[in-house]
Amino acid sequence: MHNKTIAELAKGLRSGEFSSVELTTAFLGRLKQHSSLNSYITVTEDLALQAAEAADARLAKGDAELLTGIPVAQKDIFCTEGVKTTCGSKILDNFIAPYNATVVDKFNNAGAVMLGKLNMDEFAMGSSNETSYYGVVRNPWDVNTVPGGSSGGTAAAVAARLAVCATGTDTGGSIRQPAALCGITGLKPTYGRVSRYGMIAYASSLDQGGPMTRSAEDAAIMLQTMAGFDEKDSTSVDLPVPDYRAGLNNSLEGLKIGLPKEFFGEGLNSDVATALEAAINECRKLGAQVTEISMPTLKLAIPAYYVIAPAECSANLSRFDGVRFGYRCENPADLTDLYTRSRGEGFGKEVKRRILMGTYALSAGYYDAYYIKAQKIRRLISEDFKRALSEVDVIMGPVTPSTAFGIGEKIGNPIEMYLSDIYTIAINLAGVPAMSVPAGFANGMPVGLQIIGNYFAEDRLLNIAHQYQQVTDWHQQTPKGFE
Amino acid sequence: MNTQWETVIGLEIHAQLATKSKIFSGASTAYGAEPNTQACAVDLGLPGVLPVLNEEAVRMAVIFGMAIEAHIAPYSVFARKNYFYPDLPKGYQISQMDLPIVGVGHLDIDVDGVSKRIGITRAHLEEDAGKSLHGSFHGLTGIDLNRAGTPLLEIVSEPEMSSAKEAVAYMRKMHELVRYLGICDGNMQEGSFRCDANVSVRPKGQKEFGTRAEIKNINSFKFVEKAINHEIERQIEVIESGGTVVQETRLYDSDKDETRSMRSKEEANDYRYFPDPDLLPVLIDEDFKAQIKAQLPELPQAKKQRFKDDYVLDEENATILTSSRSLADYFETVVKESGCEAKMCANWVTGDLLAALNRADLEITDSPVSHERLAGLLKRISDDTISGKIAKQVFEELWQSTATADEIIEAKGLKQITDTGAIEAIIDKIIADNQDQVEQYRSGKDKVFGFFVGQVMKEMQGKANPGEVNKMLKAKLQ
Repeated sequence: MHNKTIAELAKGLRSGEFSSVELTTAFLGRLKQHSSLNSYITVTEDLALQAAEAADARLAKGDAELLTGIPVAQKDIFCTEGVKTTCGSKILDNFIAPYNATVVDKFNNAGAVMLGKLNMDEFAMGSSNETSYYGVVRNPWDVNTVPGGSSGGTAAAVAARLAVCATGTDTGGSIRQPAALCGITGLKPTYGRVSRYGMIAYASSLDQGGPMTRSAEDAAIMLQTMAGFDEKDSTSVDLPVPDYRAGLNNSLEGLKIGLPKEFFGEGLNSDVATALEAAINECRKLGAQVTEISMPTLKLAIPAYYVIAPAECSANLSRFDGVRFGYRCENPADLTDLYTRSRGEGFGKEVKRRILMGTYALSAGYYDAYYIKAQKIRRLISEDFKRALSEVDVIMGPVTPSTAFGIGEKIGNPIEMYLSDIYTIAINLAGVPAMSVPAGFANGMPVGLQIIGNYFAEDRLLNIAHQYQQVTDWHQQTPKGFE
Repeated sequence: MNTQWETVIGLEIHAQLATKSKIFSGASTAYGAEPNTQACAVDLGLPGVLPVLNEEAVRMAVIFGMAIEAHIAPYSVFARKNYFYPDLPKGYQISQMDLPIVGVGHLDIDVDGVSKRIGITRAHLEEDAGKSLHGSFHGLTGIDLNRAGTPLLEIVSEPEMSSAKEAVAYMRKMHELVRYLGICDGNMQEGSFRCDANVSVRPKGQKEFGTRAEIKNINSFKFVEKAINHEIERQIEVIESGGTVVQETRLYDSDKDETRSMRSKEEANDYRYFPDPDLLPVLIDEDFKAQIKAQLPELPQAKKQRFKDDYVLDEENATILTSSRSLADYFETVVKESGCEAKMCANWVTGDLLAALNRADLEITDSPVSHERLAGLLKRISDDTISGKIAKQVFEELWQSTATADEIIEAKGLKQITDTGAIEAIIDKIIADNQDQVEQYRSGKDKVFGFFVGQVMKEMQGKANPGEVNKMLKAKLQ
């Protein structure tokens, strides 16, 4: 049951093969059994069973949607009314949101069953899930390695079949990198495609929620529910949402794929490169034409990102001050003490590092040299993508330089950790959509293929990924012990 | 020793925009509710919430920009102003920095009959903060976030005022303008209209500005004058005693009538402004501007000119009547409803009515005498039903009661007597009783005529038509 796709489960729920309560109970059992992965921060067992009963009633009445009765989970960055929302931080350990994120509302309205809230790097700042206050998440393919981050809990849970599918968010690669390291399918939509309301902000101009699933078809179903204009989010885009499943079976004949030479140079692990070559070859067999392209601004992405994202986060995280909600230090002597200790004790090391970097970049005398310059670079990167995507339909490349690294291996070296997002960050700066698709293994660990498309071309990305998944079975592989 | 000092003043006025809901949330902006009952998740700065711009606030800012003949930015940007304070929920205030919505404009003021044009550097939209409450909270400070997110228009003048008097004139003119435009209720007690004053002094003739001090949060015309004058004196004293003025922020204490230091430049915050990524740039196109232009109310200056031209009012009456839109509207309604000569209407409104309102400390909008009832009175003056003198008596009754002028005239029997028979009888009686005075008049003492008029009016309790009495007396005495 837990290996079925959303479409298969929807069929089973309608044919009476199993009920949502049975399905939900099975998943609740699995996630308890595999709690050592530490993928969940909060399990909402009672709420899940109530939602499953309601879903069964809806299924019986015949007004169910595809996601009705399907056990899903939310990254703990999405606010959930009445349920603890921590964002992976001690500072929100006692925070119960009085409202739902728009994305959460949409899943609830669709009748999906929420199993719980998923672990993540603190405030989505991290690439290994090691910055979480709630402890590291283990990669089900090798429990001594990281699942990636920041949506590491999501990636591990979906890969280990502890949820049918789940949400992630991606600011610099936080959906795609863990999807790649855990061998699942992840889609970062175009900036503005999915509402950010109720999604705790890290870097507002880069953050975007998206689906993390086992197949492209499941991602299409999830995105269908998540996407759309939200009047509560001024940066969400008021464009009609296409039927994402409608074009899944379109042919790839004549598809123009560009491979930026900057993506395949030094720094890319050779086993990963070999897996990617094979994957691109499969696309060729499906009718695609492959050309090498050049995107000279890509190398500027990491420095620009590490100015813009920390600058935005330094302001976004100012509201966590111990005054109105969240962690407050014991016996503050005065206002300054209240601020200093509440924040000092409530935030972890990486979060503090980024707040400091951002504060510095925005300070008088440095603003022009850092923030303004980074914005100029961002514009150049966007132009580079627009130009490249006017020559080819999609860009393909690696998601990560290597497969999953060991727990503790990089956490002491922030620069090395930051470089694990070298292939994903530019996409967020440009705002275009991109996917990570399972594309084989290197030394027994999953490798992801990145497919990058033009603004609002999510349907095309899903189509390519789906066609690729029709001729490969990488996405159906299950980590040992989680079959 | 004998240095002549010259003052340079610039004002930053914060006008609270009269929108129903907040600038970035749907919560109400009404004043005086129980603490924190008008603060929604967005105003509280809860995790994950996002601001959505209130279009009405933008409309009001554009109206203001047009009224001061300013450049309206086709592209303006909201920025975050970062600082920590308990009444600032997000740890930053959403404001505008590099690209404000309203650019350079101007406002003309009159001081002692001389007109002066004051430049306005910019006006920008921003959200207000909440309030700290220092009350009985067991030694802690309470926070009321009802005001957090209330839309403000910050109007920054050029440093072009050279006396407290000019500053007051500017503030009053601005106060009149924003109320005229209907974009601010102007209530200073509630903080809807307040200002910061930047004050510096320099030796007369010197080109460079002296070091300025900023006096924060002045919320009355009286205080702005006192605070500035106090600050000028303080700065001159500092310099003349050999010291230097330091750049700092000062607070005016109205109880002690002095300003005192709040923080120096060194302690000043680095606000680390940067564009707010949660909000899109505000784009204003020609259509939007044309729409607003069409709805723009007549401005005080234009209205005053029209009152002078169309109603043939003198400068003084025109100035008074156009000092607020509601007073001007009241006057125009009285003219229309009464059909009387505009000059008489103006005299009544600026005279008896305003005097009574001032005595009672009331605004025209709260006048106990409505325009219908005043028009009813004026009608009876111009159709000779009552004399001007009796009218004043009727006006007193109008003020006290809810009756109409006609009802009062009827009930009190104040109707003017125009029955020539009745008047003639009285005149004959007065002439018969006062033969000495008749002799005097006939021998050429014209002054005695007034005596006869007085006697007749007294006999008729003031109700005789004075014109008729004059005419008949003259005929009889010849």
